[in-house]
Amino acid sequence: MIDLNYWPLLGIACVVLGFILRFNPVIVVVGAGLVSGLCAGMSVPNLLELLGKSFVSNRALLLFGLTLPTIGVLERAGLREHAHAWIGRLAGLTLGRLLAGYLLLRQLLSMVGLNQVGGHPQTVRPLLAPMSEAAAEKEHGKLPDAERQRLFALDAATDNIGLFFGEDVFVAIGAVLLIQGFYAQNGIVLEPLQIALWALPTAIAAFVIHALRIRLYSRALRRRLEAGR
Amino acid sequence: MIHLGYFYGLLALLIAYTALRNLRERRWRAAGFWAVTALLIGSGDWVLARDAAGDPLPAQCAGVAVLLLAVLAPGMQRPALAEAPLEQRLASARRLGHRLFVPALLIPLITVLVVIAGKWLTESGLIGADDSVTLIGLSLASVIAVLVALRMGRAPLPTAAREGRRLLDTMGWAALLPLVLATLGGVFAASGVGDAVSALVTAVIPSDSRVACVLAYGLGMVLFTVIMGNAFAAFPVMTAGIGLPLLIHEHGANAAILGSLGMLTGYCGTLLTPMAANFNLVPVALLELDDPYAVIRAQLPTALGLMAVNLLLMYWLIFAF
Repeated sequence: MIDLNYWPLLGIACVVLGFILRFNPVIVVVGAGLVSGLCAGMSVPNLLELLGKSFVSNRALLLFGLTLPTIGVLERAGLREHAHAWIGRLAGLTLGRLLAGYLLLRQLLSMVGLNQVGGHPQTVRPLLAPMSEAAAEKEHGKLPDAERQRLFALDAATDNIGLFFGEDVFVAIGAVLLIQGFYAQNGIVLEPLQIALWALPTAIAAFVIHALRIRLYSRALRRRLEAGR
Repeated sequence: MIHLGYFYGLLALLIAYTALRNLRERRWRAAGFWAVTALLIGSGDWVLARDAAGDPLPAQCAGVAVLLLAVLAPGMQRPALAEAPLEQRLASARRLGHRLFVPALLIPLITVLVVIAGKWLTESGLIGADDSVTLIGLSLASVIAVLVALRMGRAPLPTAAREGRRLLDTMGWAALLPLVLATLGGVFAASGVGDAVSALVTAVIPSDSRVACVLAYGLGMVLFTVIMGNAFAAFPVMTAGIGLPLLIHEHGANAAILGSLGMLTGYCGTLLTPMAANFNLVPVALLELDDPYAVIRAQLPTALGLMAVNLLLMYWLIFAF
């Protein structure tokens, strides 16, 4: 480990520092890349080439932008208002049941490979957020803005957790294939199914822990709102 | 034949439209930011082709453009863009009812159908062999869904561009963050950051203790994922550094269980880091939250609890099977 160059690690320090000081993430991240590259001894033209090439090769990550016109047009046509009104009419659907149900559904769908079905632009903003707001308002009346924001953050968190701890049970997902491929390169031959099955205990634990937290959150929400009245 | 390039072109047009609208509304920074983005997305195929042919100049220009984005991003404000009036939305919601869900559900449905038919579509030449079927599916689904939504809402075609622009501007620079972070991942990999981290981690742990090795591997996965924003980047580094030599070869751990639980422990790190922008920062922008770390805060207790469960499971299971 003597001849290894440790200076590129300064890039990580830049990232950590930048996020702690709450600088704009774009400039922090690009700056960190410059620091790491220069510390690794790259020339400026080479580093620029690397930056440009990595950026355009990853442009698929912006393709979700194509879903935005649909969501926008539907919002204009009253999608959020409809989702809100519909949940408001369903008696017996509490906030806890709605979120735990969404979590379970998201996990199960990801487990069979349908991980594209949900997501922040596709389902959280247009559907889950207004539905959860309606479910909370059914019980508590109109939410103060700070509580509304906390609820929306929990909606987004629930979507992430459902996705992360469902998808690895599916054999053809990137993570499982990555694990299998890595081991194969190192002389350990495994079937994807062997790897995927061992994601089940964690998937169950994730559901139990997060569903419990959703319950605790609903109770705390009730307490906070009653205390405020 | 359907080519992913067409959809990048379409996306570039939407972004260019966003730039134009900002220009007309005299938001110079936003206009510049989106114009540069549109240029990068639109010219991507050409830049990569020139670079592969041994001409680095377009890629270097793209690099300069990325620097420009970083300079333009900090001053961008989240504009308050007018939505359709509430009265009109309520009336439309009452008129359309559950039909409103149809276009929203069409996006995942068509994506999945294209993925299922993927092999046939590629073999019959309808989809280019190098293009990802999932991405083609998602793009195609978006186009069909927006046409259905427009028809249903009796809106003309320009409404789609205007509404897309409204959401894109609502997200602002956060929309581009996943892409910028992936770029950083490429630079980190090329400058040997992964090797340096794994060398440091392996240098400090006592290798004859099973508990220490499990903790080092699990916590290392979390830490490295927090730094890189991606468990996929952490997995090969940590497993090559600790998992294979110490846990599997020295202590006889079960490789399948170790891999699976190691990756999932890394995912707990993904829940904790602003570096995983598409999961943790993009929703903050989309849901218009004030606290940039609101989603991470909401995830923190679940992530820590699950991390503890994963470490225990790992310690019990990898040596038992």
